[in-house]
Amino acid sequence: MSEGGAGLVVDRIVRDFSGQTAVDHVSFAVRPGELVALVGASGSGKTTTLRIVAGYEQPDTGRVLYDGQDITRLGPSKRDFGMVFQHYALFPHMSVAENVAFGLEARGVGRSERMQRASAALDRVGLGGKGTRMVQQLSGGEQQRVALARAAVIEPRLLLLDEPLSNLDPTLRQSTREELRMTLKESKAPALFVTHDQDDAFAIADRIVLLSRRRVLQDGTPEDLYDRPVNRDVATFIGHATLIPAQRNGELAIVSIAGATHRVELSSFTGIADGGNGAIVLRPEAVEIVRNDGGDRWSATVMARRFAGAQFVYRLRLDSDIAFDVASRERIEAGAVVAVRVTRPVPMVP
Amino acid sequence: MAGWFGGRSRAERMATLAALPLLLVLVWTVIYPNVAVILGSLGHWREFAESPSDVEALKNSIIIAVASVAASLAIGVPLAFLLTRFDFPGRTLLRAAALLPAALPPLVGVISFLFLYGDTGVITRVVQIALRLKDVPWHLNGIGAIIFIHAYTMYVYVYLFVSAGLERYEASLDEAAIGLGAGTIRRLTRVTLPLLTPAIAGSALLVFMSALGSFSAPYVFGGGVRVLSTQILNSKLNDAIGLAYVETTVLAISAVAGLLLFRWLEGKRAYVAAGKGGASRQTVRSRWARVGLATAAGLIVLVLVLPHLMIVLVSFAKDGAWTTQVLPPEYTTHNYAGLFTENQLWTPIRNSIVMSLLATAGNVVFCVAGAYLIVTRKFSGRRLLEALVALPWAIPGTAIALGLLATFNKNDLSMGKVLLVGTFWILPLAYFVRDIPLVSQAVEGSLKQMDPSLEPAARGLGASWWMAVRRVVLPAARPGIVAGALLACVTAVGEFVASIVLYTHGNRPISIEILAQLRSYAFGTASAYSALLIGLVLIMALAARFAESRMQ
Repeated sequence: MSEGGAGLVVDRIVRDFSGQTAVDHVSFAVRPGELVALVGASGSGKTTTLRIVAGYEQPDTGRVLYDGQDITRLGPSKRDFGMVFQHYALFPHMSVAENVAFGLEARGVGRSERMQRASAALDRVGLGGKGTRMVQQLSGGEQQRVALARAAVIEPRLLLLDEPLSNLDPTLRQSTREELRMTLKESKAPALFVTHDQDDAFAIADRIVLLSRRRVLQDGTPEDLYDRPVNRDVATFIGHATLIPAQRNGELAIVSIAGATHRVELSSFTGIADGGNGAIVLRPEAVEIVRNDGGDRWSATVMARRFAGAQFVYRLRLDSDIAFDVASRERIEAGAVVAVRVTRPVPMVP
Repeated sequence: MAGWFGGRSRAERMATLAALPLLLVLVWTVIYPNVAVILGSLGHWREFAESPSDVEALKNSIIIAVASVAASLAIGVPLAFLLTRFDFPGRTLLRAAALLPAALPPLVGVISFLFLYGDTGVITRVVQIALRLKDVPWHLNGIGAIIFIHAYTMYVYVYLFVSAGLERYEASLDEAAIGLGAGTIRRLTRVTLPLLTPAIAGSALLVFMSALGSFSAPYVFGGGVRVLSTQILNSKLNDAIGLAYVETTVLAISAVAGLLLFRWLEGKRAYVAAGKGGASRQTVRSRWARVGLATAAGLIVLVLVLPHLMIVLVSFAKDGAWTTQVLPPEYTTHNYAGLFTENQLWTPIRNSIVMSLLATAGNVVFCVAGAYLIVTRKFSGRRLLEALVALPWAIPGTAIALGLLATFNKNDLSMGKVLLVGTFWILPLAYFVRDIPLVSQAVEGSLKQMDPSLEPAARGLGASWWMAVRRVVLPAARPGIVAGALLACVTAVGEFVASIVLYTHGNRPISIEILAQLRSYAFGTASAYSALLIGLVLIMALAARFAESRMQ
C-alpha cells in the first residue's frame, strides 16, 4: 500500500492549457507534520500545482498520491483536504460560525455539535465570540483567520493555502506569519502553501519547493536554498545576491576583478567540476568594508549611500558591470575608493 | 460672512431650485393623475366589490402574475446555468436565440402565437394531421394560454439577470464548498442559489409586474378570462368610468404591493456576492450528453425563432387567401408596398415614429437633468426626485393611461387641468411618462460610474458650469443616454397598452392598426406591420450595441 511513502506525493505532473505548459514534470512530497512552501514568481506554475493537489484541476500526465493511494482522479470533495483560498472565498450570506461549520454540515455532523466545534475552532484562531458576525463585518486579517478555521475544523489530512498572506498589509503580515506557523504546527496536519514571497516561506515553512518556469528548481530547507543554491536562478530568487564570474579550484574560487586575481573560500559548489567555470554568490552579509592592510582585498568605488537605521548601506562597484551592496556603520562619501573583504565561505553556482 | 457653510447651502439651494421644475412635471404627470384616479373611484367601490366579474378579474390577475413568475423562473434559471457554466455544440446559437423574445413587441408576440398555436395555427394543424385527430389538439385560450405566452416572452428577464449574476459570481466560492465536502445539491442550495437571490428576486419582480399589468395576451386570447387590465378598458368603453377608476386603483395597489413584497424579500438578504467572476465553462465531454444537448438546443432555438419566422412568412401572405391550409397558399410583396404607398396604412407608421421621437426627446432632456441632479448633487428633495422618476415603473400601463385620462380631460387651469385627451399630444405624453424610469435608470447608471471629483476638477481648472457639463459630465453619461434613448424609442414605437385607452383616429399608432387589420382578417398586412416593428427593434438593438462598443 505504501507506494511513495506517507503523506502527499506529487509525481511528475504535467498540465497544458491549450498548448501552453503550465506545469512541467513537477514532483515533490509533503511528509506528515511538515509545512512546505511552494515558492515562485507569477506564472511559475505554483497555483496550478496547488489546484491539481486540491483536485480542482487534473494533470494531463503524472500522479498525485496520498499515503500511497492514487488520488489523481478523486474529486475535491472526497479528498479530505482543507483549502484556504487567496481571497478566502468566505460565503457572504452566512455568519462566521456558519462558514466554519459548513464542512462539518457537509459531513453530516449534527447542528449542536458542529456549532460547538466551529466555536472551538474560532477560539483557536483568536476569534472567539465573533461567530455571529457576518463575514463582511470582519477585517481582512480576521477573514483570513476565519478561512483558516473553516479549513482546519474538518481535521483535514492536508491543509492547502493559496497566498495566505497576500491580502494583508505589511505590518499585519509580519505578525500573522508567526501566528500562522504556530496554528499550522498545532493543528498537526501537514500543510502545503503557495506564496510568491520568500520571507513568508522562510518564516513559515520547514521546507521550500522553488518553482520557476513551470519546473522545480530546488527542493530543500530554507537554509539549503539560501546557503547552497543549486543554480543562478535559485541564488538570485532567494535573498539578495550578486553573481560574480569565477573558476573553481578545489574548495576555492578564483575571481578576477579589474585585472587582479582573488581567492574566495567556497561553502558549496553543486554541479561544478574542479577547474570548471561558474559564479560565486555574494550576499551583503558576506562582505565588509575594511582598512587596506595588505591582505586579499578587493578595491571598489562607492556609488551611492542609503541610510538604513542601524547602519548605512553602500552600493559599491567592483568592475564596470559588477555592483553589490555592503552595510557599514562608517560614513563614506560617494566616489571614494574603498577596500572590501569577503568574510565567510560563499556558495558557487554553475 | 458667507464662508464655508454659506457656500454650501447656496449650492444646495441652486440644486433644489433646478430640481423644482422637474418635480413639478412629475407631480403633474405622475402623482396628480393617480390622485385623480383615486378621487374618481370614490363612490364606486361597492359596485366593484359586488361585481363577480371584477372579483374574478382580481383573482385571475394575481394567479397569472404568480404563475408567470414560476414559469419564467423554471425556464430562465436552468437556461442561464446551462449557457454560462457549460460548453456544448449549439451553445453560441442558443445563446443568441435566447434573447429573441425580447425583440417581440407585446402585441406582435401574441399575434405570432395565434398564427402558430391558435385553433387554425400552423403547429396546431401539423399536430392534428400528424396524430390524425378529429378535433384540434388544444385551444389557445384561457389562463393557460396567457401563462404560456408570458413564459415565452418574460423568461428573458430571468435569463438575463441570472446570467449576469453568474458571470460575476466568484468561482472560488463554489470551489470552497466542494473542497469542504459539499455535493452538487448542497452546493447549489446552500451556496450558489442563495448568492444569486438578488438576481433571481430582481428578475422575478420584473416578471411579476409585467405579467400583472399585461394587456395584450388577455385581450387577444381573452376567451372569457377576465383580468384587471382588460376590465378597465371594458368599463371605460361601457362609460362606467367610475368603475374603471376603481379597477385601476386596485391594479396599481396590487402592483405596488408586489413591489414592496419583493423588495422586502430582497432586503432580507442584504449582501454583495459579486466577485471577479472567473468560473470557466465546463466542456461537456460525454458523447451522449453532447448529442442530447445539441438536439435540445436545436429544438429550443426552433421554438424561439418560430414566432419571428411566422410573422415574416405571413407578412408575405396574400390577405384573405389563408383559410384552411396549414401554411398560407399565396404570397405577395403587396403587403409591404401597401404600407408605404397607401395613405391609410402609412399614417400609423408616421404617427408611431413621430410620437415616439417626441416622447424620447422629452425623456432625454428630462431624465438627463434629473439623473445629473440625483447623482452629482446633494439637496433637500433629492430622494423625492429619485422616487418619483422610478414611480411610473411600478404602475401598469393601463393605469397610467387611465390616470392621464382623468387629468388631461378638460381645460381648467385652476385645477391644473389641460385638455389633451382626444388630441394628438396625449399619446406622446403617455409614452413619455411610461419611459421616464427606463431612461433615468440608464443615465443614472452611467453617471454613477463617473468619478465624482471630475466635475469639481473641471470647475477648478476654470471651466464654467456649462463647459464642465458639456465637456465632462455629458460625455460620461453618453453610453447611458444612447442606451436609454434607444430603449425608450423601441418601447414607444410598439406601445399598445396605453395607446388602446387613449388613441384617436388621427394619432392611431402601429399597434392599434395591427389590431384593426387582424379584426378584418387582413393577416398579411397585420404581419407586415409586425415585421416592420421587429425590424425596428433589431436595428435599434444593434445600434445600441454598436454605440456601446464605439465608446469603450
